Amino acid sequence: MQEQTAVLDSSGRFPVEPRSSKGLFSLFQRAPTFDHGIHPLEHKELTADKPIRRLPFAPELIIPLSQHKGKPAIPLVKVGQEVVRGEPIAQADGFVSVPMHAPATGVIRKIGLGPTAEGPKAPAIFLKVYLAAGQQVLYDQEQDPEQMEPEAIIAAVQAAGLVGLGGGAFPSHVKMIPPAGKAIETLVVNGCECEPYLTCDHRIMLEQTESLIRGIRIAMRATGAKRAIIGVEDNKLDAVAHLRARLPQHLPITAEAVQTKYPQGAEKMLIRSLLGLEVPAGHLTSDIGVAVFNVGTLAQMGDLLPKSRGLIERVITVSGLPVERPGNFMVPIGTPVRFLLEQVGVKPNAGGVILGGPMMGMTVASLDVPITKSVSGVVVLEAEDENAARKQVYPCIKCGECLNACPISLNPSMLGELAQARDYVTMSADYHLDQCFECGCCAYVCPSNIPLTQYFRISKAINRKRKQ
Amino acid sequence: MFKDIEIRTSPHLKRAMSVDRIMRTVVLALLPIAAFAVWQFGLSVLLLLLTTTGVAVATEWFFARQSGRGNTVADWSAVISGLLLGLTLPPGFPLWMAAVAAFVAIALGKALFGGLGYNVMNPALVGRAFVQAAFPVAITTWTPAFAPGRFAELIPSTLTLPFMQPIPVADWVAGLHMDGWTGATPLALQKFQHIETPLGDTLTGLIAGSAGETSALLILICGLWLAWQRMLDWRIPASVMAGAVLVATPFWLLDPVLYPSPWFVLCSGGLMLAAWFMASDMVASPVTARGVIVYGLFIGALTVIIRLFGGLPEGVMYAILLGNAIGPLISSWTQPRVYGSK
Ligand code: SF4
Ligand code: SF4
Repeated sequence: MQEQTAVLDSSGRFPVEPRSSKGLFSLFQRAPTFDHGIHPLEHKELTADKPIRRLPFAPELIIPLSQHKGKPAIPLVKVGQEVVRGEPIAQADGFVSVPMHAPATGVIRKIGLGPTAEGPKAPAIFLKVYLAAGQQVLYDQEQDPEQMEPEAIIAAVQAAGLVGLGGGAFPSHVKMIPPAGKAIETLVVNGCECEPYLTCDHRIMLEQTESLIRGIRIAMRATGAKRAIIGVEDNKLDAVAHLRARLPQHLPITAEAVQTKYPQGAEKMLIRSLLGLEVPAGHLTSDIGVAVFNVGTLAQMGDLLPKSRGLIERVITVSGLPVERPGNFMVPIGTPVRFLLEQVGVKPNAGGVILGGPMMGMTVASLDVPITKSVSGVVVLEAEDENAARKQVYPCIKCGECLNACPISLNPSMLGELAQARDYVTMSADYHLDQCFECGCCAYVCPSNIPLTQYFRISKAINRKRKQ
Repeated sequence: MFKDIEIRTSPHLKRAMSVDRIMRTVVLALLPIAAFAVWQFGLSVLLLLLTTTGVAVATEWFFARQSGRGNTVADWSAVISGLLLGLTLPPGFPLWMAAVAAFVAIALGKALFGGLGYNVMNPALVGRAFVQAAFPVAITTWTPAFAPGRFAELIPSTLTLPFMQPIPVADWVAGLHMDGWTGATPLALQKFQHIETPLGDTLTGLIAGSAGETSALLILICGLWLAWQRMLDWRIPASVMAGAVLVATPFWLLDPVLYPSPWFVLCSGGLMLAAWFMASDMVASPVTARGVIVYGLFIGALTVIIRLFGGLPEGVMYAILLGNAIGPLISSWTQPRVYGSK
């Protein structure tokens, strides 16, 4: 991958040397990476060798109409209507929106407010599942994406209801269209999975390789990308070898190891590691000719598009020390967290439940919250009292650890002081607050236990309010 | 399944490193140095260290309570300041003066600014600088190491009554019949008489000097251990020493009789203790990665310049205090380049 794209000189980018050492130091060369970051305990051994399994259907599924960035979907069904697994039940509202499909065969019980991870209730479709019905999808129609025009593929991706399954939840078809005057040169396929505990992407690369490669080819065709690079952290070298053995030789698709370091899986970090490029502040990855897709998203794309199906299930990792039988599961969208945890068993020392990974995920306010399209894992934490002593907050002792951890090279120490002084304007104007993507590295390392990331989340929200 | 589900904000993981743990480990690293000082100089130094540490902790407790900051003694930072201060004083320093120094260190050096994390300068050095100015005689009165009977009797000046001039020790020292005792520290010998103490003596501490500054080797080992525990930024002591060597070497090459050798510069006086345990004070040093190197080089260089050209034999204290003062400025000059910006 060391060769640089010569074509990438569209305006406003700052090329940086690739992160690989040269000359004598190449003897000690490790996989490429980005600056700073952290090495939290991974706990991946809990589930890394657990193959993807299916679970029985939950008796009722709750399908929120807004599981993606953009406008909520519009219901197509009525209460009391029977639906077949795979049938569309809600349509996209405009371009930046996606449809929903029935994750199981059953009857619509209610259309109304349902629980969300964030807390406030939001519109959802409640589906009472016919438990006797099978898990195979009958609702499909053959098509060959490899013969379709890019526009047609992009429309088909939207029709499939695909969003970023790595946690981004951004509608995938929108990412396939570069801004006017720009072209996408490189497709970066994100198989880093840098969050501790999560192993679903690892399993997908091992078990759904064919679908993944098909998805990459479809996405390359749709975006016009000239090459694709699969970036995988070097704690999953088995996946790199597995992919390399199966990648078609005649296509410019490669699999590359990058260093195991959080947050390697953040788009901007992975682009830095693989391509030696930085995304200029306030720009999109497409501005430097790059589109990034998660391996889970592309595996689903490769699976769904040839049959014109919709996204009705996804692979998630259910893990955490209090979980009795952790594993990777193919879960229908809308399955309540409570049902999942009953299936895997939870010990009494459980405290909080996180949707996503422990660095960036959020704890749920209720176990009735459903799994949505962008939830990559359910991680159960131990009860708080066990490490309450570690929580005492001290003043900032200017140790500089947070500066050495921030992957964006911000100054969290200074930002934290400004947040305490409620000087949100200076935070944004002089200290690049808007570049913070809440990765959590600073709060993770801070010996004073200052909730820096939470400060920045709140400060950004206040600044957004102010601008309105 | 759950007693209660807890709502928390991300990140949900936290490195097992906390302020009190860092401070406790620093204290631990200082203990061998303190023990060596007691072994070397006897009971007087034991009392001296107990006094500075005790008064520092009491002062911290008092001011934290006054300002409603709760019990901040538990963070162990006052213990460090007290111990460090004691280690930089002459072994026979009158206890009442040591108590004043410790009070000033915490009251003016720390509490005045708002406590731990807000102090601009290293508290121990603030206390040391104060007594250097207030008690110029006592702070430069040295007594021999390994004096016979050092565990049976105190150095006479130790028990000077409060607000009295220190009891002179010259007669007492003469009574010890220590061979080769001149009453001058290696630094003063070098500066004023151009006699360089052999490296072996400055490494192992068989010399006159402040209680805890004599054995450069022991300090180095304790400092390295702390750095290995990742509780100390090794770049600071490394750049302080580099700065000192960089300035000292050209002069020494020019005139090895008049000017001290680089290894003498490193191993004499308070440089080693200051580089490893005072310049590296997190609170008073810059926060940026490049900033700490600039800061360290500045301190090292300035120390040597004061030693060679100033009126005093030792300059590391003032160099660090000055480094502390410009620390925030260095931080703001050396902000890292933010991702995605020029
Ligand atoms: S949360 Fe923000 S400030 Fe903290 S490390 Fe991540 S990007 Fe930097
Ligand atoms: S990690 Fe915490 S204590 Fe250290 S400089 Fe950053 S905010 Fe301050």
